[in-house]
Order: sequence, then structure tokens, then C-alpha cells
Amino acid sequence: MRFRFLKSGSCGCVKTLSWQRSLVNGACFLVLVTFVILAFISTNALIAAETGSETEENGLVKFQIINLIHSKSIQHSLSGKPGNPKRGEALMVNRKKGNCIACHGLDVFAEKAKTKPNIYADMGEIGPSLNGIAGRYQEGELRLLLVDAKQIFPDTIMPAFYRIERFTRVDDPFLNKPILKPQEIEDILSFLMKQK
Amino acid sequence: MFLKMMKYRFAVSEFARYDRAGMVLCLLGLLFVAFGCLLISQDAAAADGRTKSVSPLDEKNPLSNLWSGFYYAKKETKAMQLDDFGNPGSFYVEEGAELWKKKVGAQGKSCASCHKDASVSMKEAGVRYPVYFAPLDRMINLEQRINLCRQDFQKEKKFEYETRELLALTAFVRAQSRGMPVRVKITGPAKPYYEKGKAFYYQRRGQLDMSCAHCHENNYGKSLRSNLLSQGHANGFPTYRLKWQKLGSLHRRFRGCNKQVRAKPYAYGSEAYVNLELYLNWRGSGLEVETPAVRN
Ligand code: HEC
Ligand code: HEC
Repeated sequence: MRFRFLKSGSCGCVKTLSWQRSLVNGACFLVLVTFVILAFISTNALIAAETGSETEENGLVKFQIINLIHSKSIQHSLSGKPGNPKRGEALMVNRKKGNCIACHGLDVFAEKAKTKPNIYADMGEIGPSLNGIAGRYQEGELRLLLVDAKQIFPDTIMPAFYRIERFTRVDDPFLNKPILKPQEIEDILSFLMKQK
Repeated sequence: MFLKMMKYRFAVSEFARYDRAGMVLCLLGLLFVAFGCLLISQDAAAADGRTKSVSPLDEKNPLSNLWSGFYYAKKETKAMQLDDFGNPGSFYVEEGAELWKKKVGAQGKSCASCHKDASVSMKEAGVRYPVYFAPLDRMINLEQRINLCRQDFQKEKKFEYETRELLALTAFVRAQSRGMPVRVKITGPAKPYYEKGKAFYYQRRGQLDMSCAHCHENNYGKSLRSNLLSQGHANGFPTYRLKWQKLGSLHRRFRGCNKQVRAKPYAYGSEAYVNLELYLNWRGSGLEVETPAVRN
């Protein structure tokens, strides 16, 4: 009898315990979420603090809103070396290489098209203009965008320039080869970083 | 008496004024109606997907407006297609007409021996192919139907894909449906092949990792370097392409679009391409057959 009572008692105890535990878990989760939110706010505050010393004409402190949505990035140079923007530009207009202008416009190129139409003319309209792109993305994000744009825009038409897997029926000459080499990615990237 | 006369004169002049205004209104109205009629008649004449879009026959079509590739072609290219004498595809159609009448094989049968006048017997063919062909349990396109006739009834060797003869005969047969809206059947036994064609259409492929939809569904009307992207319809095939300097089959175009994204193309007449051809014709159901079209 006693044994039985104990058993059922312990059972009840366990029950209340699990119920309490879930309460504690819930509270913990809430605290965590608050922390994360606080962390976000504080980083933003930090950003504000960086420019906080300056004030706008209207008297408010200057602040900069940054887009944290595309927070995926590749921080390190793929080749371990800095890129060459001149070479990058040539790769961007080369039909067999980047061919970026098949889809993207850029005012700098439009200007050059006036004197060198065979190289710069016929810019496409499929992707957004690359004017001021360095102001919209950080270097690491742009590197990832070149390596595999689908990491950022899953349904995009933009090719992945440095990937060899998850393809269908790649033709033999291109099998297991990325479109661009590591240094070529860095070269294009260095050109893009100049588009402020 | 004087007063009475004044009243009368007043009434007359009043009547005349109203009458004039009425006449002007009437004329304006007539003009309006006439103008409206003109507009409507122009609309009716142009609603072929070439100068104006047409609605797809099937409301499940992902495109709500169909535009023929003609709409996106260069001005000179359009002019070339519309001029029967200047259209380089017409020579193939004429050659096809000769082949239609040509007696071949041991029994000396021509296409005409069985089908008589193509303008009557072949009127629907260009509209409804590819069709399900029970003896082979798969879909066949016009080229394959022509070759079946050649082998089974004329007892002759089949024409290879992209040979002048096969292009000419296909163009001749499909040209009989010119001006009629494409309308392929995707129900019944055709259903699974339609599904396969659709899956092919939306499959990313090649090193550039693009599907047909990326160019022809999401970006038509925009330029891709020096090309203006169309909705990629099949209604003008076989088509004379200025780039090819030759008439070419739809499967040649498929291979070109595949190679463009650095994907391994399929063989001419392969099942994958015939299914895609069915799906593409369904997407274009409602557009007029333009064979032989001229494109850049
Ligand atoms: C076949 C078309 C195509 C090609 C080729 C292409 N892109 Fe893109 N790109 C796009 C599209 C479309 C987007 C917009 C993302 C989306 O919504 O799909 C994009 C987005 C971008 C963005 C982000 C722009 C923004 O404002 O958000 C950058 C940067 C970019 N591309 C750079 C390049 C570079 C550099 C190359 C060549 C090495 C290149 N792209 C080649 C189609 C292309
Ligand atoms: C990289 C972009 C691209 C992709 C991907 C692509 N095409 Fe095209 N396609 C073109 C261009 C450019 C043309 C020539 C201009 C036009 O008519 O759109 C063309 C033309 C066509 C035409 C001829 C249209 C006409 O009126 O003559 C057909 C049909 C066609 N494509 C079908 C397809 C199919 C089916 C696929 C997928 C297997 C495909 N395309 C994939 C770029 C592409």
C-alpha cells in the first residue's frame, strides 16, 4: 500500500516537475530572445554611436540604417590575394567569362560604350543596375553573391560563378569546372567595390 | 397681331437653333461610332499575338497574355516574314509542295496519293501536333509523322532531322494551318507526356543553371545583351533564322537554348524534346501558326 502510494506520489511529483520545467524553459527562452533583441539594438546603437558625434542640419544625430537581411557572406579572399579592378572590368564584359553586362547595366560602362561600342554596348536589363553597388553590400556579401547568388536570392536567374555541384546536365567541356577562377572572382569584386 | 407675329417668329428661330445643335450632335455621334467601329475592326484583325497579345486558350496557362516571337523581332525581320516573296522560308514551302506530289518507292506513291489536296487534308495538322501515337505508345511530332508515312506507306528510308527535305515537307504541311490558332491536346494519354514536358521546362540546367522559364517566363520583353527575349513560343516553326541563314526545326532551337546555358543538348527527335514540344505548344495555344516565321 505504502509502496504503491509512494510510487503514485513520485509519479505525480515527476508530472509537476515537468510542468514546472517547461515553465522555466519558457522563461529562459524569453530571456534569450530579449537578449538577442537587445544585442541587435545595441549593435545598431553602436553604429549610431560611430557617427553619433555628427549632427544633421535639422539637429538630429546622424545615423546610418544598414540592411541586415543579406547577412550571409564570405569574409576571406578566395585566392588569398587582393583583386585587380582593371582585370575585373575586362572579365565583366567578356562573353565567355563573367558576361555580367548581359544582365546588368552600369553607368560607367554606358559612358564607355560611346567610344567602344563593340566592348561595352548592349547592356542587358534583366538584373538591377550595378551603380553604387558597394554602398548597398559589404565586400563579403558581394563575394558570396558572385560565388553563388542563390544563397541570397534562391530563385534567381543569376549564375553561380564559383560552384561545381548541384547542377543538371552540364555540357562536357564545362563539367566540374566553375565559371570563374578564384582570382577572377576577386578581380571582379575589387571592381565592384569601387562602385560607391 | 404684332405680338402674335413676334411669338411665331420667335418660335421658328428657336426651332432652327435646336435643329442645328441636334444635327451637330448627331454628326458627332456618327463620327464617334464610325471611329469606334474602325478601332474594333483593327483590333479584330490584329489579335493574332503578333501586333497584339491574345488570351491563352487554357486558363491554367501561366502566361495571361500570349505574344508571338514576331512581336519581339526586329522591324526588318518582321517585314521579311510578312512579304511572301521576300520570306526566305517560302522557298522551302515550295520545295515541300513539290515533294508532296513526288511519287517515290516501289509502288510509286506520293503523299498526295493518300492525302490528296494538302490545303484540305493538312489544315489541322499544324495546329494539333504533337499527338499521342498508340502503336509506339508515345507522342510524335510532325517530322516523325511524316517519316512514319514515308517508311510505312511509301516504303522509303526516313529523312534525317534538319535535312532540306524534312524541313521543306514539315514547313509545307504546317504552313497549311497558317493563321489558325494552335490547339494541342494534353488530356487522356497525352497527359503524362505533358507533365514531363512541363518538368523539363522548369528544370534548371547547364553550368549557367537556368530553366526555360528564367528567360521566357520571367524576363520576356527584356534584353539579354543583344537579344530581346520573347516568350519562346513554337508557333512559327520550322523557322527561318537569319543567324542560321537557313530554315530550322524547333528541336534545333531547343538545342541552341540548351547550349546557351552550357547544358548538354538532347538528340533531335528525342522523347525529351517531343514532350517539351507538346508542353510549349500548349503554352502557345491560342497563338496563330506562322510557319514559316522569320526570326533574328
Ligand atoms: C543571367 C543574368 C545575370 C548575370 C549573367 C549576372 N547577374 Fe547579377 N543579378 C541578376 C539578377 C536577376 C539579380 C537580382 C537578384 C534577383 O532577384 O534575382 C542580380 C543581382 C546582382 C547583384 C545584387 C544587386 C542588388 O542591387 O541587389 C550584384 C552585385 C550582381 N548581380 C553582380 C553580378 C556580377 C558582377 C555578374 C557577373 C560576374 C553578374 N551579376 C551576372 C542577373 C544576372
Ligand atoms: C539564357 C536565356 C535562355 C534560356 C535559359 C532559354 N532560352 Fe529560348 N531563347 C533565348 C533567346 C535569346 C532567344 C532568341 C530571342 C527570342 O525569341 O526570345 C530564344 C528563342 C527561343 C525560341 C524561339 C522563339 C521564336 O519565336 O522563334 C524558343 C521556341 C525557345 N527559345 C524555347 C526555349 C526553351 C524550350 C528553353 C528551355 C529548354 C529555352 N528557350 C531556354 C534565350 C533563352
